[in-house]
Amino acid sequence: MGEFLSFVRKETLHILRDSRTMLVVLLAPVIQLLLFGFAISTEVNNVRVAVVAPHRSESVRQAVERVAANPYFTFEGYISQQEIDRTLRAGRADAVAVFAADFDRKVDALSRGESSEAILQLIFDASNTTLATAGSTYLQSIILGDLQGSMPMPDTRLLYNPQMKSAYNFVPGIMGLIFILICAMMTSVSIVREKETGTMEVLLVSPVRPIRIIFAKMVPYFTLSCLNLLTILLLARYVLDVPLAGNVVALVALSLLYLILSLALGLFFSTITNKQSTALLISAMLLMMPVIMFSGMIFPIENLPVVLRAISCVVPTRWYIEAVRKLMIEGLPFVSVIRETAILAAMTVALIGVALRKFNDKLE
Amino acid sequence: MSDTILSVRDLTKKFGAFTAVDRISFDVARGEIFGFLGANGAGKTTAMRMLCGLSYPTSGSGTVAGFDIMRQGERIKRHIGYMSQRFSLYDDLTVRENIRLYGGIYGLTRREIARRTVELLDRLDFRSEIDTLVGSLPLGWKQKLAFLVATLHRPEIVFLDEPTGGVDPLTRRQFWELIYESAAGGTTVFVTTHYMDEAEYCSRVSIMVDGRIRALGAPADLKKEFAAASMDEVFRLLAREAKRTE
Repeated sequence: MGEFLSFVRKETLHILRDSRTMLVVLLAPVIQLLLFGFAISTEVNNVRVAVVAPHRSESVRQAVERVAANPYFTFEGYISQQEIDRTLRAGRADAVAVFAADFDRKVDALSRGESSEAILQLIFDASNTTLATAGSTYLQSIILGDLQGSMPMPDTRLLYNPQMKSAYNFVPGIMGLIFILICAMMTSVSIVREKETGTMEVLLVSPVRPIRIIFAKMVPYFTLSCLNLLTILLLARYVLDVPLAGNVVALVALSLLYLILSLALGLFFSTITNKQSTALLISAMLLMMPVIMFSGMIFPIENLPVVLRAISCVVPTRWYIEAVRKLMIEGLPFVSVIRETAILAAMTVALIGVALRKFNDKLE
Repeated sequence: MSDTILSVRDLTKKFGAFTAVDRISFDVARGEIFGFLGANGAGKTTAMRMLCGLSYPTSGSGTVAGFDIMRQGERIKRHIGYMSQRFSLYDDLTVRENIRLYGGIYGLTRREIARRTVELLDRLDFRSEIDTLVGSLPLGWKQKLAFLVATLHRPEIVFLDEPTGGVDPLTRRQFWELIYESAAGGTTVFVTTHYMDEAEYCSRVSIMVDGRIRALGAPADLKKEFAAASMDEVFRLLAREAKRTE
């Protein structure tokens, strides 16, 4: 135990001494989270809406009030039918809502089922497709409000993420990416560094069992990642307003499992190379690309071609992100992520097994 | 306690079809400074790795500090010290932290480590540098420190793999003084080197050529045997026979 602690202390000192790397490791998740959460967002913000309403009846005015009060839309004023095209072209509005001339009467007829005439037309500047698609659905639901229920049209509700906030989508993705990158890259590089400088040889000549050297290496990185986990969850909850809807204990437990898996992956990488630069390349290229492409972080897995979908099954991040979405955003109980947890656990065991075996072989 | 600390018979290491070490046999007596010479690629590093338990012999037998190299590798590790050709201390740790780490690895108690740290630094006249990062020390100092750290747990035999590479003659001289002191204290020193003047300092040397030991004896005897004026000449005579290139 004493020798194990000496090693943990040594590894901790390595990390603390390398303050620049530590800073990157601690700040990277914060910066990524804020970037994806605020700057790069696919959600619809400040959609400017102009309104055409020949008769400004009470219900029309109420509908316009609702739009004006909504934080995602800005009311740009009433315009006439003839101005629509000009307004959109000049970029003074992103969307125009056109109310039917006798809105109130038509609504009545609709709700009694006597007519199926359109009561509302939404015209969007679709040069920004995201804004047009997401905005139109949302705008419609706001304007029609309660009317929607009584009408013979589909009553669309977006569950879990009604405003289509992209943070809901990105936070689990970032968690999946950050942990695997930091854990796998840091451990593999730090093991390979010792091979490169020759200190590993000295350690192997010593009576310390190799497995202890390895585990001692993982301890500080594991701690560091736990710190990251805490930062990410706090930022997600209090800055990005992502709900921690489900069981937080389950979420943390699942994340810890994923951390161990990532560390094992790093150990595995370190057994297949002897150069720091190679280790860095492997973990950056071999991990970044598949994790971003095949984990469902950006592209929905359901949209992938069959072959790529099959590949995505071996990317651990895919299962982690799926489980985090269920736990965090949908607020489902732990039972619902048992399948993902089992897959991740199996992957962890397999990776540790293979990595230790390869590591021991290396000694020969 | 026997007088032989290390003994190998027909030790062989093959990598596929290539025989890196070919049936070597020799003994090292306790307290000796044994020089293990050979050109690059002659197989001396491979042989040394087998003796330290870093590599498993293909065939042959041997004992180090009384333990069987085939079966008791883990026991051997407790009784030997090792300093690699490449630098073996951590640059980003201080002198004190490095010593503490190695002391911890060999199971020394805190108090013992503290005592030996002071002792070690006094020996090098180094006490003021105790909290200096090793990375900022000159190479010669680092090597002397590495040697003493390798012998911190008082091993019966210490293996030095080209310990003086890249330092000036004066520092090499100082380094050898440390080796002499340790040997006088009863530690056997097993050293590989490129420098033939260093070979002259050894009690006995062996010279490997193409995986086999071609010459073995005290430097004076070898010079007589090969009718050479210096070890350098002996070495060159033998190295000429080598068929292997690196």
